[in-house]
Amino acid sequence: MTLHISSLHKSFAKGVATGTVNVLSDISLSIDAGSFVSIIGPSGCGKSTLLRLIAGLARPTSGTIQLDGELISGVSEKTGFVFQSYALFPWLTVVDNIAFPLAMKNVPKAQRRAQAMEYVGRFGLSGFERSYPVELSGGMQQRVAIARSLIDNAEVLLMDEPFGALDSQTRSCMQQFLLEVWRQTCCTILLITHNIDEAVYLGQRVICLTQRPARVGDDIPVEVPYPRDVTSDEFNVYRRRILRFLDREHSAAPGGNPSC
Amino acid sequence: MAIPQRYERIVCIALLLGMWELVSAAGLVNPVLIPPPHRIVQAMLELLLNGLPAGKLLHRHCLESLLRVAAGFAAALAAGLPLGLALGRSARLRTLCTPLIEIVRPIPPLAWIPLAILWFGIGLQSAAFIIFLGCFFPIVLNTVTGVLTVDAILIDAARVCGADDRRIFTRVLLPAAWPSVCTGMRIGLGIGWMTLVAAEFTGVKSGYGLGYMIMTARDIQRPDYVLAGMALIGVVGFLLDMLLQALQQRVIATREPRAV
Ligand SMILES: Nc1ncnc2c1ncn2[C@@H]1O[C@H](COP(=O)(O)OP(=O)(O)O)[C@@H](O)[C@H]1O
Ligand SMILES: [Mg+2]
Repeated sequence: MTLHISSLHKSFAKGVATGTVNVLSDISLSIDAGSFVSIIGPSGCGKSTLLRLIAGLARPTSGTIQLDGELISGVSEKTGFVFQSYALFPWLTVVDNIAFPLAMKNVPKAQRRAQAMEYVGRFGLSGFERSYPVELSGGMQQRVAIARSLIDNAEVLLMDEPFGALDSQTRSCMQQFLLEVWRQTCCTILLITHNIDEAVYLGQRVICLTQRPARVGDDIPVEVPYPRDVTSDEFNVYRRRILRFLDREHSAAPGGNPSC
Repeated sequence: MAIPQRYERIVCIALLLGMWELVSAAGLVNPVLIPPPHRIVQAMLELLLNGLPAGKLLHRHCLESLLRVAAGFAAALAAGLPLGLALGRSARLRTLCTPLIEIVRPIPPLAWIPLAILWFGIGLQSAAFIIFLGCFFPIVLNTVTGVLTVDAILIDAARVCGADDRRIFTRVLLPAAWPSVCTGMRIGLGIGWMTLVAAEFTGVKSGYGLGYMIMTARDIQRPDYVLAGMALIGVVGFLLDMLLQALQQRVIATREPRAV
Protein backbone atom coordinates (compact mmCIF):
# COMPACT_ATOMS: atom_id res chain seq x y z
CA MET A 1 0.00 0.00 0.00
CA THR A 2 1.52 3.30 -1.03
CA LEU A 3 0.79 6.11 1.34
CA HIS A 4 0.60 9.65 -0.02
CA ILE A 5 0.42 12.60 2.31
CA SER A 6 0.25 16.04 0.77
CA SER A 7 0.31 19.47 2.42
CA LEU A 8 -1.18 18.12 5.60
CA HIS A 9 -2.19 20.69 8.23
CA LYS A 10 -3.78 20.07 11.57
CA SER A 11 -4.70 22.58 14.23
CA PHE A 12 -6.70 22.26 17.43
CA ALA A 13 -8.96 24.77 19.11
CA LYS A 14 -7.14 25.95 22.21
CA GLY A 15 -10.19 26.04 24.45
CA VAL A 16 -11.56 28.95 26.41
CA ALA A 17 -9.10 31.53 25.10
CA THR A 18 -10.14 31.38 21.49
CA GLY A 19 -7.36 30.66 19.09
CA THR A 20 -5.80 27.57 17.68
CA VAL A 21 -2.69 25.52 18.15
CA ASN A 22 -1.03 24.51 14.94
CA VAL A 23 0.25 21.01 15.42
CA LEU A 24 1.10 19.85 11.92
CA SER A 25 2.19 22.30 9.30
CA ASP A 26 2.51 21.39 5.65
CA ILE A 27 3.59 17.79 5.86
CA SER A 28 4.09 15.98 2.58
CA LEU A 29 5.35 12.42 2.45
CA SER A 30 5.33 9.49 0.12
CA ILE A 31 5.74 6.08 1.65
CA ASP A 32 6.31 3.01 -0.49
CA ALA A 33 4.31 -0.15 -0.08
CA GLY A 34 6.03 -2.63 2.18
CA SER A 35 8.55 -0.21 3.61
CA PHE A 36 9.46 0.28 7.23
CA VAL A 37 9.56 3.92 8.25
CA SER A 38 10.55 5.30 11.66
CA ILE A 39 9.26 8.68 12.76
CA ILE A 40 11.08 10.59 15.44
CA GLY A 41 10.64 14.08 16.87
CA PRO A 42 10.56 16.13 20.07
CA SER A 43 7.82 15.15 22.47
CA GLY A 44 4.57 17.02 21.95
CA CYS A 45 5.46 17.93 18.38
CA GLY A 46 2.51 16.11 16.85
CA LYS A 47 3.70 12.58 16.10
CA SER A 48 0.63 10.90 17.57
CA THR A 49 -1.58 13.42 15.82
CA LEU A 50 -0.01 12.52 12.48
CA LEU A 51 -0.59 8.82 13.07
CA ARG A 52 -4.19 9.36 14.17
CA LEU A 53 -4.85 11.28 10.98
CA ILE A 54 -3.45 8.46 8.88
CA ALA A 55 -5.56 5.98 10.85
CA GLY A 56 -8.69 8.01 10.13
CA LEU A 57 -9.28 8.62 13.84
CA ALA A 58 -9.14 12.38 13.24
CA ARG A 59 -9.67 14.68 10.26
CA PRO A 60 -7.00 16.94 8.79
CA THR A 61 -7.60 20.69 8.93
CA SER A 62 -6.41 20.76 5.35
CA GLY A 63 -4.43 18.55 3.01
CA THR A 64 -4.98 14.97 1.98
CA ILE A 65 -3.91 11.47 2.87
CA GLN A 66 -4.24 8.77 0.25
CA LEU A 67 -3.84 5.04 0.55
CA ASP A 68 -3.21 3.53 -2.88
CA GLY A 69 -4.81 6.58 -4.43
CA GLU A 70 -7.87 6.40 -2.23
CA LEU A 71 -8.62 9.34 0.05
CA ILE A 72 -8.77 8.42 3.74
CA SER A 73 -12.08 9.62 5.14
CA GLY A 74 -12.43 7.41 8.17
CA VAL A 75 -11.10 4.28 9.78
CA SER A 76 -9.99 1.86 7.09
CA GLU A 77 -9.72 -1.88 7.54
CA LYS A 78 -6.46 -1.75 5.62
CA THR A 79 -4.73 -0.05 8.54
CA GLY A 80 -3.91 -1.50 11.92
CA PHE A 81 -2.97 0.58 14.94
CA VAL A 82 -0.78 -0.32 17.91
CA PHE A 83 -0.84 1.95 20.96
CA GLN A 84 1.94 2.52 23.46
CA SER A 85 -0.35 1.55 26.32
CA TYR A 86 -1.42 -1.63 24.43
CA ALA A 87 -5.09 -0.63 24.73
CA LEU A 88 -6.26 -4.20 25.16
CA PHE A 89 -9.79 -4.78 26.42
CA PRO A 90 -9.27 -5.90 30.02
CA TRP A 91 -12.55 -7.84 30.11
CA LEU A 92 -11.64 -10.03 27.13
CA THR A 93 -9.29 -13.00 27.03
CA VAL A 94 -6.22 -13.05 24.81
CA VAL A 95 -8.09 -14.91 22.07
CA ASP A 96 -11.10 -12.61 22.21
CA ASN A 97 -8.88 -9.53 22.15
CA ILE A 98 -7.05 -10.78 19.06
CA ALA A 99 -10.33 -11.75 17.37
CA PHE A 100 -12.05 -8.44 18.17
CA PRO A 101 -11.75 -6.95 14.64
CA LEU A 102 -13.29 -10.14 13.22
CA ALA A 103 -16.16 -9.91 15.70
CA MET A 104 -16.80 -6.40 14.40
CA LYS A 105 -17.23 -7.92 10.93
CA ASN A 106 -19.60 -10.61 12.23
CA VAL A 107 -17.24 -13.45 11.35
CA PRO A 108 -18.68 -16.65 12.91
CA LYS A 109 -17.29 -17.43 16.33
CA ALA A 110 -15.58 -20.71 15.43
CA GLN A 111 -13.75 -19.16 12.50
CA ARG A 112 -12.78 -16.16 14.61
CA ARG A 113 -11.27 -18.35 17.27
CA ALA A 114 -9.44 -20.50 14.75
CA GLN A 115 -7.85 -17.46 13.14
CA ALA A 116 -6.94 -15.94 16.49
CA MET A 117 -5.42 -19.23 17.67
CA GLU A 118 -3.13 -19.16 14.66
CA TYR A 119 -1.69 -15.88 15.93
CA VAL A 120 -1.51 -17.23 19.47
CA GLY A 121 0.78 -19.97 18.18
CA ARG A 122 2.86 -17.80 15.87
CA PHE A 123 3.28 -15.03 18.43
CA GLY A 124 4.46 -17.24 21.30
CA LEU A 125 1.29 -16.84 23.33
CA SER A 126 0.42 -20.54 23.58
CA GLY A 127 -0.93 -21.46 26.97
CA PHE A 128 -2.18 -17.91 27.54
CA GLU A 129 -5.11 -17.92 25.12
CA ARG A 130 -7.61 -17.92 27.98
CA SER A 131 -5.69 -15.42 30.11
CA TYR A 132 -6.77 -11.85 30.65
CA PRO A 133 -4.45 -8.95 29.77
CA VAL A 134 -3.59 -8.22 33.42
CA GLU A 135 -2.07 -11.66 33.66
CA LEU A 136 0.44 -11.00 30.88
CA SER A 137 3.82 -9.28 30.83
CA GLY A 138 4.19 -6.01 28.91
CA GLY A 139 5.89 -7.73 25.98
CA MET A 140 3.14 -10.32 25.72
CA GLN A 141 0.44 -7.66 25.93
CA GLN A 142 2.08 -5.81 23.06
CA ARG A 143 2.24 -9.02 21.01
CA VAL A 144 -1.49 -9.48 21.59
CA ALA A 145 -2.03 -5.90 20.43
CA ILE A 146 0.05 -6.48 17.30
CA ALA A 147 -1.85 -9.68 16.55
CA ARG A 148 -5.13 -7.78 16.96
CA SER A 149 -3.97 -5.11 14.52
CA LEU A 150 -2.92 -7.68 11.90
CA ILE A 151 -5.70 -10.27 12.09
CA ASP A 152 -7.94 -8.41 9.68
CA ASN A 153 -5.16 -8.46 7.05
CA ALA A 154 -3.98 -4.91 7.62
CA GLU A 155 -1.58 -3.71 4.98
CA VAL A 156 -0.39 -0.65 6.86
CA LEU A 157 0.66 -0.98 10.48
CA LEU A 158 0.72 2.26 12.46
CA MET A 159 2.63 2.01 15.72
CA ASP A 160 2.71 4.83 18.27
CA GLU A 161 5.73 4.32 20.51
CA PRO A 162 4.81 0.65 20.83
CA PHE A 163 7.79 -0.38 22.94
CA GLY A 164 8.14 2.80 25.00
CA ALA A 165 6.81 1.20 28.17
CA LEU A 166 9.02 -1.90 28.01
CA ASP A 167 12.34 -2.54 29.73
CA SER A 168 15.37 -2.54 27.43
CA GLN A 169 15.72 -6.33 27.33
CA THR A 170 12.09 -6.88 26.33
CA ARG A 171 12.29 -3.94 23.99
CA SER A 172 15.12 -5.40 21.92
CA CYS A 173 13.39 -8.75 21.91
CA MET A 174 10.23 -7.07 20.58
CA GLN A 175 12.24 -5.24 17.92
CA GLN A 176 13.50 -8.58 16.58
CA PHE A 177 9.96 -9.89 16.74
CA LEU A 178 8.60 -6.92 14.81
CA LEU A 179 11.19 -7.27 12.05
CA GLU A 180 10.19 -10.90 11.74
CA VAL A 181 6.50 -9.96 11.53
CA TRP A 182 7.33 -7.36 8.89
CA ARG A 183 9.30 -9.92 6.87
CA GLN A 184 6.43 -12.40 7.01
CA THR A 185 3.50 -10.07 6.34
CA CYS A 186 5.19 -7.64 3.93
CA CYS A 187 3.05 -4.84 5.32
CA THR A 188 4.00 -1.18 5.43
CA ILE A 189 5.05 -0.12 8.92
CA LEU A 190 5.10 3.42 10.31
CA LEU A 191 6.64 3.39 13.74
CA ILE A 192 6.86 6.37 16.05
CA THR A 193 9.60 6.31 18.61
CA HIS A 194 11.56 8.73 20.75
CA ASN A 195 14.45 6.31 20.86
CA ILE A 196 17.13 7.11 18.26
CA ASP A 197 18.65 3.61 18.31
CA GLU A 198 15.26 2.06 17.77
CA ALA A 199 14.49 4.40 14.87
CA VAL A 200 17.74 3.54 13.08
CA TYR A 201 17.74 -0.12 14.01
CA LEU A 202 14.28 -0.74 12.57
CA GLY A 203 13.58 1.78 9.83
CA GLN A 204 14.59 1.78 6.19
CA ARG A 205 13.97 5.46 6.51
CA VAL A 206 13.89 7.80 9.49
CA ILE A 207 11.64 10.84 9.26
CA CYS A 208 12.54 13.57 11.73
CA LEU A 209 9.80 15.98 12.70
CA THR A 210 10.51 19.50 13.96
CA GLN A 211 9.15 21.24 17.03
CA ARG A 212 5.48 22.15 16.90
CA PRO A 213 4.08 22.98 14.42
CA ALA A 214 5.72 19.86 13.05
CA ARG A 215 7.24 19.80 9.60
CA VAL A 216 9.45 17.17 8.07
CA GLY A 217 12.85 18.40 9.23
CA ASP A 218 14.94 15.58 7.89
CA ASP A 219 14.25 12.44 5.90
CA ILE A 220 17.07 9.94 6.23
CA PRO A 221 17.29 6.74 4.21
CA VAL A 222 19.07 4.12 6.32
CA GLU A 223 21.11 2.15 3.83
CA VAL A 224 22.23 -0.65 6.11
CA PRO A 225 21.17 -4.22 5.45
CA TYR A 226 19.29 -6.20 8.10
CA PRO A 227 20.21 -7.57 10.59
CA ARG A 228 21.86 -4.38 11.73
CA ASP A 229 24.73 -3.99 14.13
CA VAL A 230 24.10 -1.18 16.57
CA THR A 231 27.80 -1.01 17.46
CA SER A 232 29.01 -0.47 13.90
CA ASP A 233 30.54 2.79 12.70
CA GLU A 234 27.96 3.40 10.02
CA PHE A 235 25.19 2.98 12.59
CA ASN A 236 26.88 5.72 14.59
CA VAL A 237 26.83 8.06 11.63
CA TYR A 238 23.03 7.87 11.51
CA ARG A 239 22.77 8.08 15.26
CA ARG A 240 24.87 11.25 15.33
CA ARG A 241 22.91 12.90 12.53
CA ILE A 242 19.58 12.36 14.30
CA LEU A 243 20.98 13.37 17.67
CA ARG A 244 22.25 16.65 16.20
CA PHE A 245 18.85 17.28 14.65
CA LEU A 246 16.99 16.68 17.90
CA ASP A 247 19.44 18.83 19.88
CA ARG A 248 18.91 21.66 17.43
CA GLU A 249 15.16 21.28 17.71
CA HIS A 250 15.33 21.29 21.49
CA SER A 251 17.38 24.47 21.71
CA ALA A 252 15.18 26.09 19.07
CA ALA A 253 12.16 25.58 21.27
CA PRO A 254 10.76 28.71 22.94
CA GLY A 255 12.15 28.84 26.48
CA GLY A 256 15.13 26.62 25.74
CA ASN A 257 14.63 22.93 26.38
CA PRO A 258 11.09 22.31 27.62
CA SER A 259 11.31 18.56 27.90
CA CYS A 260 14.15 18.49 30.44
CA MET B 1 -8.83 -17.96 74.28
CA ALA B 2 -8.16 -17.25 70.61
CA ILE B 3 -11.13 -16.99 68.26
CA PRO B 4 -10.51 -17.73 64.58
CA GLN B 5 -10.83 -14.41 62.75
CA ARG B 6 -13.67 -15.44 60.47
CA TYR B 7 -15.85 -16.29 63.46
CA GLU B 8 -15.20 -12.95 65.15
CA ARG B 9 -18.13 -11.18 63.53
CA ILE B 10 -20.50 -13.98 64.46
CA VAL B 11 -19.25 -13.88 68.03
CA CYS B 12 -19.72 -10.13 68.01
CA ILE B 13 -23.37 -10.43 66.99
CA ALA B 14 -23.93 -13.24 69.51
CA LEU B 15 -22.47 -11.13 72.31
CA LEU B 16 -24.74 -8.23 71.45
CA LEU B 17 -27.83 -10.43 71.38
CA GLY B 18 -26.76 -12.03 74.67
CA MET B 19 -26.45 -8.65 76.35
CA TRP B 20 -29.85 -7.65 75.02
CA GLU B 21 -31.29 -10.88 76.41
CA LEU B 22 -29.67 -10.21 79.82
CA VAL B 23 -30.83 -6.62 80.02
CA SER B 24 -34.32 -7.83 79.23
CA ALA B 25 -34.19 -10.67 81.75
CA ALA B 26 -32.96 -8.26 84.44
CA GLY B 27 -36.14 -6.28 83.91
CA LEU B 28 -34.30 -3.11 82.89
CA VAL B 29 -36.58 -2.56 79.89
CA ASN B 30 -40.24 -3.20 79.21
CA PRO B 31 -40.27 -6.63 77.45
CA VAL B 32 -43.45 -5.73 75.58
CA LEU B 33 -42.01 -2.58 74.02
CA ILE B 34 -38.54 -4.06 73.48
CA PRO B 35 -38.96 -7.81 73.23
CA PRO B 36 -35.81 -9.88 73.90
CA PRO B 37 -34.19 -11.80 71.00
CA HIS B 38 -35.76 -15.14 71.88
CA ARG B 39 -39.19 -13.54 71.70
CA ILE B 40 -38.39 -12.23 68.22
CA VAL B 41 -37.30 -15.70 67.08
CA GLN B 42 -40.51 -17.08 68.57
CA ALA B 43 -42.48 -14.37 66.78
CA MET B 44 -40.81 -15.30 63.53
CA LEU B 45 -41.81 -18.94 63.99
CA GLU B 46 -45.39 -17.92 64.73
CA LEU B 47 -45.43 -15.75 61.61
CA LEU B 48 -44.06 -18.61 59.58
CA LEU B 49 -46.54 -21.19 60.92
CA ASN B 50 -49.70 -19.20 61.68
CA GLY B 51 -49.23 -16.08 59.62
CA LEU B 52 -50.35 -12.50 60.10
CA PRO B 53 -53.16 -11.76 59.42
CA ALA B 54 -54.00 -15.36 60.30
CA GLY B 55 -53.23 -17.65 57.37
CA LYS B 56 -50.92 -15.16 55.59
CA LEU B 57 -47.60 -16.89 56.10
CA LEU B 58 -44.22 -15.16 56.48
CA HIS B 59 -42.48 -16.68 53.48
CA ARG B 60 -45.28 -15.54 51.20
CA HIS B 61 -44.94 -12.01 52.60
CA CYS B 62 -41.24 -12.17 51.85
CA LEU B 63 -41.68 -13.55 48.32
CA GLU B 64 -44.27 -10.94 47.36
CA SER B 65 -42.00 -8.17 48.65
CA LEU B 66 -39.10 -9.58 46.67
CA LEU B 67 -41.31 -9.64 43.57
CA ARG B 68 -42.17 -5.95 44.00
CA VAL B 69 -38.52 -5.03 44.51
CA ALA B 70 -37.48 -7.14 41.52
CA ALA B 71 -40.05 -5.37 39.33
CA GLY B 72 -38.99 -1.90 40.48
CA PHE B 73 -35.32 -2.74 40.24
CA ALA B 74 -35.63 -4.25 36.77
CA ALA B 75 -37.48 -1.18 35.52
CA ALA B 76 -34.85 1.10 37.04
CA LEU B 77 -32.08 -0.90 35.40
CA ALA B 78 -33.84 -0.96 32.03
CA ALA B 79 -34.32 2.81 32.11
CA GLY B 80 -31.28 3.90 34.10
CA LEU B 81 -28.58 1.97 32.29
CA PRO B 82 -29.23 3.31 28.75
CA LEU B 83 -29.80 6.81 30.13
CA GLY B 84 -26.57 6.64 32.12
CA LEU B 85 -24.63 5.45 29.07
CA ALA B 86 -26.08 8.22 26.92
CA LEU B 87 -25.43 10.88 29.56
CA GLY B 88 -21.87 9.63 30.00
CA ARG B 89 -21.23 9.95 26.27
CA SER B 90 -22.81 13.32 25.57
CA ALA B 91 -21.68 16.41 27.43
CA ARG B 92 -24.60 18.30 25.89
CA LEU B 93 -27.13 15.82 27.22
CA ARG B 94 -25.44 16.02 30.64
CA THR B 95 -25.78 19.79 30.91
CA LEU B 96 -29.34 19.47 29.72
CA CYS B 97 -30.44 16.71 32.09
CA THR B 98 -28.33 17.15 35.21
CA PRO B 99 -30.44 19.94 36.79
CA LEU B 100 -33.60 17.95 36.19
CA ILE B 101 -32.09 14.82 37.74
CA GLU B 102 -30.70 16.72 40.70
CA ILE B 103 -34.08 18.33 41.42
CA VAL B 104 -36.05 15.10 41.26
CA ARG B 105 -33.44 13.01 43.09
CA PRO B 106 -33.81 14.51 46.59
CA ILE B 107 -37.59 14.04 46.63
CA PRO B 108 -38.16 11.15 49.04
CA PRO B 109 -39.95 8.16 47.51
CA LEU B 110 -42.52 8.52 50.32
CA ALA B 111 -43.62 11.86 48.85
CA TRP B 112 -44.53 10.14 45.59
CA ILE B 113 -47.04 7.80 47.21
CA PRO B 114 -50.17 9.90 46.55
CA LEU B 115 -49.24 10.28 42.90
CA ALA B 116 -48.24 6.64 42.61
CA ILE B 117 -51.69 5.59 43.81
CA LEU B 118 -53.41 8.07 41.51
CA TRP B 119 -51.40 6.98 38.49
CA PHE B 120 -51.17 3.25 39.01
CA GLY B 121 -53.90 2.42 41.49
CA ILE B 122 -53.31 0.01 44.32
CA GLY B 123 -51.17 -2.99 43.51
CA LEU B 124 -47.87 -4.18 42.16
CA GLN B 125 -47.38 -1.26 39.78
CA SER B 126 -47.54 1.55 42.31
CA ALA B 127 -45.32 -0.30 44.78
CA ALA B 128 -42.84 -1.10 42.03
CA PHE B 129 -42.89 2.56 40.99
CA ILE B 130 -41.86 3.69 44.49
CA ILE B 131 -39.05 1.15 44.52
CA PHE B 132 -38.08 2.19 41.00
CA LEU B 133 -37.56 5.73 42.30
CA GLY B 134 -35.22 4.45 44.97
CA CYS B 135 -33.15 2.33 42.55
CA PHE B 136 -33.12 4.62 39.54
CA PHE B 137 -30.82 7.48 40.54
CA PRO B 138 -27.90 5.49 41.94
CA ILE B 139 -27.91 3.36 38.78
CA VAL B 140 -27.96 6.38 36.46
CA LEU B 141 -25.32 8.36 38.34
CA ASN B 142 -22.90 5.47 38.76
CA THR B 143 -23.28 4.49 35.11
CA VAL B 144 -22.42 8.06 34.10
CA THR B 145 -19.35 7.99 36.32
CA GLY B 146 -18.37 4.63 34.86
CA VAL B 147 -18.61 5.88 31.29
CA LEU B 148 -16.76 9.12 32.06
CA THR B 149 -13.81 7.19 33.44
CA VAL B 150 -13.48 4.87 30.42
CA ASP B 151 -10.01 5.24 28.94
CA ALA B 152 -10.43 7.11 25.62
CA ILE B 153 -7.69 4.93 24.15
CA LEU B 154 -9.98 1.90 24.43
CA ILE B 155 -12.59 3.68 22.34
CA ASP B 156 -9.95 4.55 19.73
CA ALA B 157 -8.73 0.96 19.79
CA ALA B 158 -12.25 -0.28 19.11
CA ARG B 159 -12.69 2.22 16.29
CA VAL B 160 -9.52 1.14 14.51
CA CYS B 161 -10.80 -2.41 14.90
CA GLY B 162 -13.85 -1.38 12.89
CA ALA B 163 -16.40 -0.86 15.67
CA ASP B 164 -19.34 1.39 14.79
CA ASP B 165 -21.07 3.61 17.35
CA ARG B 166 -23.48 0.90 18.44
CA ARG B 167 -20.65 -1.58 18.95
CA ILE B 168 -18.67 0.98 20.91
CA PHE B 169 -21.63 1.23 23.26
CA THR B 170 -22.19 -2.47 23.68
CA ARG B 171 -18.65 -3.80 23.38
CA VAL B 172 -16.60 -1.06 25.04
CA LEU B 173 -18.55 1.46 27.10
CA LEU B 174 -20.83 -1.07 28.75
CA PRO B 175 -18.16 -3.59 29.80
CA ALA B 176 -15.71 -0.84 30.76
CA ALA B 177 -18.32 0.88 32.91
CA TRP B 178 -19.60 -2.40 34.33
CA PRO B 179 -17.82 -2.32 37.73
CA SER B 180 -19.27 1.12 38.31
CA VAL B 181 -22.68 -0.02 37.06
CA CYS B 182 -22.50 -2.86 39.59
CA THR B 183 -21.85 -0.34 42.36
CA GLY B 184 -24.90 1.58 41.18
CA MET B 185 -26.97 -1.58 41.21
CA ARG B 186 -25.81 -2.44 44.73
CA ILE B 187 -26.65 1.00 46.06
CA GLY B 188 -29.87 1.07 44.05
CA LEU B 189 -31.03 -2.32 45.22
CA GLY B 190 -30.16 -1.37 48.81
CA ILE B 191 -32.23 1.80 48.63
CA GLY B 192 -34.97 0.00 46.71
CA TRP B 193 -35.24 -2.62 49.43
CA MET B 194 -35.22 0.15 52.04
CA THR B 195 -38.18 1.85 50.40
CA LEU B 196 -40.10 -1.42 50.46
CA VAL B 197 -42.13 -0.55 53.54
CA ALA B 198 -42.96 2.87 52.09
CA ALA B 199 -43.89 1.20 48.81
CA GLU B 200 -46.30 -1.11 50.57
CA PHE B 201 -47.91 1.93 52.19
CA THR B 202 -49.53 2.34 48.78
CA GLY B 203 -51.60 -0.65 49.80
CA VAL B 204 -51.39 -4.25 48.73
CA LYS B 205 -54.19 -6.02 46.99
CA SER B 206 -52.96 -9.52 47.66
CA GLY B 207 -52.65 -8.98 51.43
CA TYR B 208 -49.01 -10.01 51.30
CA GLY B 209 -45.78 -8.06 51.82
CA LEU B 210 -43.28 -7.59 54.62
CA GLY B 211 -44.06 -3.89 54.93
CA TYR B 212 -47.76 -4.63 54.93
CA MET B 213 -47.22 -7.33 57.56
CA ILE B 214 -45.31 -4.90 59.77
CA MET B 215 -48.15 -2.39 59.53
CA THR B 216 -50.65 -5.06 60.44
CA ALA B 217 -48.48 -5.94 63.47
CA ARG B 218 -48.49 -2.29 64.47
CA ASP B 219 -52.28 -2.15 64.22
CA ILE B 220 -52.64 -5.09 66.62
CA GLN B 221 -49.85 -3.67 68.81
CA ARG B 222 -47.35 -6.52 68.55
CA PRO B 223 -43.81 -5.04 68.69
CA ASP B 224 -42.38 -8.58 68.55
CA TYR B 225 -43.97 -9.15 65.13
CA VAL B 226 -42.79 -5.71 64.01
CA LEU B 227 -39.23 -6.52 65.03
CA ALA B 228 -39.40 -9.97 63.44
CA GLY B 229 -40.43 -8.32 60.15
CA MET B 230 -37.67 -5.72 60.49
CA ALA B 231 -35.06 -8.38 61.20
CA LEU B 232 -36.11 -10.32 58.11
CA ILE B 233 -35.92 -7.18 55.94
CA GLY B 234 -32.40 -6.61 57.28
CA VAL B 235 -31.22 -10.16 56.64
CA VAL B 236 -32.73 -10.39 53.14
CA GLY B 237 -31.23 -7.00 52.25
CA PHE B 238 -27.85 -8.25 53.42
CA LEU B 239 -28.14 -11.40 51.31
CA LEU B 240 -29.19 -9.43 48.21
CA ASP B 241 -26.16 -7.20 48.59
CA MET B 242 -23.88 -10.22 48.97
CA LEU B 243 -25.30 -11.56 45.73
CA LEU B 244 -24.55 -8.38 43.78
CA GLN B 245 -21.18 -8.05 45.46
CA ALA B 246 -20.26 -11.53 44.25
CA LEU B 247 -21.30 -10.52 40.74
CA GLN B 248 -19.14 -7.41 40.95
CA GLN B 249 -16.15 -9.35 42.28
CA ARG B 250 -16.33 -11.75 39.36
CA VAL B 251 -16.21 -8.81 36.97
CA ILE B 252 -13.36 -7.05 38.72
CA ALA B 253 -11.33 -10.25 38.99
CA THR B 254 -10.39 -9.98 35.32
CA ARG B 255 -9.26 -6.38 35.62
CA GLU B 256 -6.84 -6.35 38.51
CA PRO B 257 -3.71 -8.43 38.91
CA ARG B 258 -4.43 -11.46 41.04
CA ALA B 259 -2.54 -11.94 44.25
CA VAL B 260 -0.25 -14.90 43.68
N1 LIG C 1 -7.59 16.40 20.67
C1 LIG C 1 -6.73 17.41 20.91
N2 LIG C 1 -7.21 18.63 21.26
C2 LIG C 1 -6.37 19.65 21.50
N3 LIG C 1 -5.03 19.56 21.44
C3 LIG C 1 -4.50 18.38 21.12
C4 LIG C 1 -5.32 17.23 20.85
N4 LIG C 1 -4.51 16.19 20.54
C5 LIG C 1 -3.26 16.66 20.64
N5 LIG C 1 -3.24 17.97 20.97
C6 LIG C 1 -2.06 18.80 21.13
O1 LIG C 1 -1.25 18.61 20.00
C7 LIG C 1 0.10 18.60 20.35
C8 LIG C 1 0.78 17.36 19.81
O2 LIG C 1 0.29 16.21 20.48
P1 LIG C 1 0.78 14.75 20.10
O3 LIG C 1 0.46 14.50 18.68
O4 LIG C 1 0.20 13.83 21.08
O5 LIG C 1 2.35 14.87 20.31
P2 LIG C 1 3.46 13.72 20.35
O6 LIG C 1 2.79 12.41 20.08
O7 LIG C 1 4.45 14.12 19.33
O8 LIG C 1 4.07 13.76 21.70
C9 LIG C 1 0.18 18.69 21.86
O9 LIG C 1 0.52 20.01 22.21
C10 LIG C 1 -1.22 18.38 22.30
O10 LIG C 1 -1.53 19.13 23.45
MG1 LIG D 1 2.55 10.73 21.31
